[in-house]
Amino acid sequence: MIDAKRRILLKGSLAASAIGAAIGAGLLSPRLVLAAWPEAAFNAQNLDDALKGLLGSAAHEPSDKIDLKAPDIAENGAVVPVTVETTLEGATSISLVASGNMMPLVASFELGKGTLPFISTRVKMGKTANLIALVKAGDKVYSASKEVKVTVGGC
Amino acid sequence: MASQMKIKAKIKGDVVEVKALMTHPMENGMSKDKESGAVIPAHFIQNVVAKVGDRTLLTALWSGGVSKNPYLSFKFTGAAKGEKVEISWTDSKGATESETAEIE
Repeated sequence: MIDAKRRILLKGSLAASAIGAAIGAGLLSPRLVLAAWPEAAFNAQNLDDALKGLLGSAAHEPSDKIDLKAPDIAENGAVVPVTVETTLEGATSISLVASGNMMPLVASFELGKGTLPFISTRVKMGKTANLIALVKAGDKVYSASKEVKVTVGGC
Repeated sequence: MASQMKIKAKIKGDVVEVKALMTHPMENGMSKDKESGAVIPAHFIQNVVAKVGDRTLLTALWSGGVSKNPYLSFKFTGAAKGEKVEISWTDSKGATESETAEIE
């Protein structure tokens, strides 16, 4: 355990210095550095803990205004195409969760001004499970889910 | 550093659709080497930032649960043909890559 912590610390400081160097070189804006990677949320092993770590609360409300597109059957769990689109007003972030994965939180996207609430990407799914899209709009989090049957797990 | 990222940005009406393909192993730290059986250490993109000029379009936080050689598509408004979309990523080892594409 102590050793594991040391690894994390080492990794963290390495990453920090590299980012520092990148800022120096004018590659990254300081804003990127402020958007710290929420380690607790990504390492969480269930949806509630992941949401608390990411958004501060595990509460979310199902909404039919979120259109979550994913295949019914994914033959290869290593590459599952996902598209999320919403007509919810004032959406500021879209997050993706594969509820059957060991670490369910897959990705989170913060939308800038003028960016449409639309994201398309590809994710890994370890087994047949619900894929959940979470959209933050105003102070609330809305969700949509879809079961994806996975033939060969990709984790 | 030569970037291996591919970006396409196309404008239709006033909406720009961006499609990006990055090159990265996206190891989540749980899979094993087929020959040696050793666990392959985690190595994945953690941060992705997309910009047009000084405006941040999208900030993505990723885990090793995003597929190898990640694909990302998004849409935005308020830009014109010829403006440049820039996408940069930083991975869990601190490596970065950046690429720009002109809006067509």
